[in-house]
Amino acid sequence: MTNEENTLTPSSVLSPKDFDSGFDVRWCPGCGDYAILANLKRVLPTLGIPKEKFVVVSGIGCSSRFPYYLDTYGMHTIHGRAPTIATGLKCSRPDLSVWVVTGDGDGLSIGGNHLMHAIRRNVDIKILLFNNQIYGLTKGQYSPTTKQSKRTKSSPTGSIDYPVNPISWALGAEATFIARTIFQYPDHMQQVLRRAAEHRGVSFVEIYQNCVIFNDGAFRYATDKEMRYDNIFELEHGNPMKFGRDQEKGIFLHGLTPKVINYKQAGFDETDLLHHDENAQESTLAFFLSRMRYPEFPEPIGIFRAIQKPTYNDLLDNQMEEAKQAVTKPLQEIINGEENWTVT
Amino acid sequence: MEEVQKLKKEDKNRPRKSKQTVERVVIRLAGDSGDGMQLAGLKFTSASVMLGNDVSTFPDYPAEIRAPQGTLAGVSGFQIHFSSTEIYTPGDRLDTLVAMNPAALKVNIVDLKPNGILICDKDSFTPRTLAKAGYASNPLEDNSLHNYRLFSVNITKLNKETVSKIKGMTGKQINLTRNFFALGLISWLYDRPLHTTIKWIKSKFKNRPNIVEANTNTLKAGYYFGETNEFLAIQYSVPKATMEPGLYRYISGTQALALGLATAAHLAKKELFFGAYPITPASDILHELVRLRGYGIKTFQAEDEIAAIGSIIGAAFGGSIGVTGTSGPGLALMSEALGLAVITELPIVLINVQRAGPSTGMPTKPEQSDLLQVLFGRNGESPLPVLAPQSPGDCFDLSIEAVRMAIKYMTPVVLLSDAYLANNIDPWKIPNLDNKSPIEVFHPKKSVESGNDRFTPYTRNEHLSRPYVLPGTKGLEHRIGGLEKEKITGDVSYDPLNHEEMVNLREQKIAGIVKDLPLQEINGPTEGDVLVLSWGSTHGAAHTASENLRKEGLSVANTNLRFINPLPSNLGDILGSFTRILLPEMNKGQLHLIIQARYSVRAKSMTKVQGKPFHVDEIEKEIRKLIAGINHD
Ligand code: SF4
Repeated sequence: MTNEENTLTPSSVLSPKDFDSGFDVRWCPGCGDYAILANLKRVLPTLGIPKEKFVVVSGIGCSSRFPYYLDTYGMHTIHGRAPTIATGLKCSRPDLSVWVVTGDGDGLSIGGNHLMHAIRRNVDIKILLFNNQIYGLTKGQYSPTTKQSKRTKSSPTGSIDYPVNPISWALGAEATFIARTIFQYPDHMQQVLRRAAEHRGVSFVEIYQNCVIFNDGAFRYATDKEMRYDNIFELEHGNPMKFGRDQEKGIFLHGLTPKVINYKQAGFDETDLLHHDENAQESTLAFFLSRMRYPEFPEPIGIFRAIQKPTYNDLLDNQMEEAKQAVTKPLQEIINGEENWTVT
Repeated sequence: MEEVQKLKKEDKNRPRKSKQTVERVVIRLAGDSGDGMQLAGLKFTSASVMLGNDVSTFPDYPAEIRAPQGTLAGVSGFQIHFSSTEIYTPGDRLDTLVAMNPAALKVNIVDLKPNGILICDKDSFTPRTLAKAGYASNPLEDNSLHNYRLFSVNITKLNKETVSKIKGMTGKQINLTRNFFALGLISWLYDRPLHTTIKWIKSKFKNRPNIVEANTNTLKAGYYFGETNEFLAIQYSVPKATMEPGLYRYISGTQALALGLATAAHLAKKELFFGAYPITPASDILHELVRLRGYGIKTFQAEDEIAAIGSIIGAAFGGSIGVTGTSGPGLALMSEALGLAVITELPIVLINVQRAGPSTGMPTKPEQSDLLQVLFGRNGESPLPVLAPQSPGDCFDLSIEAVRMAIKYMTPVVLLSDAYLANNIDPWKIPNLDNKSPIEVFHPKKSVESGNDRFTPYTRNEHLSRPYVLPGTKGLEHRIGGLEKEKITGDVSYDPLNHEEMVNLREQKIAGIVKDLPLQEINGPTEGDVLVLSWGSTHGAAHTASENLRKEGLSVANTNLRFINPLPSNLGDILGSFTRILLPEMNKGQLHLIIQARYSVRAKSMTKVQGKPFHVDEIEKEIRKLIAGINHD
């Protein structure tokens, strides 16, 4: 399916404007989705992929309106099923860059099964999960990531559901690329999105996104200028894990649990801190990091895991190729079968 | 071999037995699911086919993979109808039943004709196996089978004597060859040659000479036993049938579907993407197709049926031929996504191998009870074409037509097969691919004249189909989805009148397919007393019943629907030309509901929901009743 005329020539360098579909964006004013759209529009033109090769597939929910706002190929499908459609599309057309935009309800509730299987197969698709810890489009019910005891329209006396941890969950499904970013961190988000795009295999990116209408402030601890330094730290491959306004706090490994210490005051130096290794084959460290949740711990953002494993679509194509090589007879002979007879 | 020689020698001293020619015979081989009855049946079929008989077969195996040995639940049977005239069903009542154990006898004896031949393996009627089958006394000895011509044969013992001397045969292996002794015996009874089976044994076990020897020897031993033993007095022969000249093979509905899909890919010069989730009795389509990957069939085993249909919608968007195969419960899960394919107007094919429901129902047993589900079982007005093959061979033709229709009309298409068609094995005249017309596919590119104009994905052609633009096409970027579309631009639209127009357009598009359908044909007179209107796999029994009664001089015709939505344009005229219509179907009258609503005719619904296809005589009886009623009026 490769198409000669579609290869990118220097004269056709793309800009964010090229990805503008011209549609009126219909999210609520102040919705966190706007920032994500703006950042993705900045990243897509820089990937060296012709615009017509992008396909954005979504399910149902506020986030799933995304494809309409990008001038790429796109499909706004049904609730929770985007990973299945993206899987079929990528397997049929490995030349395309296939993105899935989903939310905490779409991806982790109704579509949890599909998301898990797309991840464990390592289909080369890019999954962006906008986590706002609420159902927005259906007007404010608790979602699988809503904090326990949260009062919502469907839980007036507080939700009794234990929430799912999206990163731990994706690790359980053996995602080869896992990252987290936050809607109000433009540079960080662009960096993460670029890495996700460049990863060969499934990329799972959780994006904290604020729903101003039904769950405003859910991530204030991570976005507020005063609070963020103490509640968020950036993962950097090979580097020590530290944070705080003056980068004075560090993460230590205490048995099997993390421990936060003001290492400078305590007389440690950086080399004593836990260092990040995103390429670790075993997901132990990544899982350990995924368990660090506010308010008990600062929350890590950035790339938890990036390992290489053959993709499902490549393995499938290899098998297809082998099968084609092994063909010795034309189709007519297969249809004729092994046992046949002539009636005269 | 000694045993065989001995039997042969003895044979020379015996008088020749009498030989009788019969037109058609129905036999069933039944035993425990581990007894190899399916294999023996298939080999008997091959031999019959090589003799030039018309053949129709039906395997019937237990739903449980490993049902306890010797129990009623573990009985496996293989029915073969072979004839010197054309036949359309595996037959109703048995001329001969072979029962390898008491359970097989108990389950199958009801179908044996009075005075029919009953061959039982005497050795396996032990107190233990009799108890397992629920017999209080041994039926071989208590005279309860006096209505049949009973032959109690020491199959286990004779087989053991034949093969136990062969080197390297374990007790288990010895027991596994009993089926070939039985096969040899009935091969003699019906004058079938052994060489096709021997050839097969040699190639199948080419690296295991002792197994080849054992199976071959016991097959021959069974044959000679029939020849020499006194009590089987008559040998029957069924002469060659006159069939249309050409190259033939035998084929099951499942095989035909798989080959049809591979042919569709070939004719469209496209990759076919088959996404499916295992479900009885549709899984075999996936098994067949995996082996055809080399012919451009990409198979994908999804995590569930929802993902299966999702994957093919994605593949279809990408430009592959998207096909899935499932059965009732899976179809229910696919409903939502079928609606998505309707509104996005993407070409996919869903093969539904119907089984008895509701819910899990009886997974291995056929029914035609998903008709209304495929016609109406989706939210909103979501019409789609429905096709129903009438024979195993027709599964080949209609799977190609389903793909052709899906692409031409940019629509999901449902093909309604059933558990009976899937497993039914019939001779099939092999088509020549060169005579098949190609499947045209057109993927637009951006035209120079369109300049900077926005691409409008819902502009329709003369068939009301929208353009099939592939992602990757420069300048034609667009979005589709499940929300209602503006009728030209494809943008999301909540405009009330636009919605109504879109609903009507989608309806007209599907209705317009009628112009491509062949006119409905009638077997028999074009007007008269009774018309039997059948659909899908009910064809065989309906056709045979109507033919039989026509031979008696009754005014009966029959017609079988292969296209159910849209219905052929001349159906109304046909229905109007008969005094009464009989509509047999394996459900509670689902097509009947449609026909009564569409046409002002008096149709009599005839239903059967036993997980079994109609018997010819059941339909005959109903036709006679209708005719009697007409004469009475
Ligand atoms: S409801 Fe919430 S998530 Fe949805 S658009 Fe409005 S602010 Fe955004």
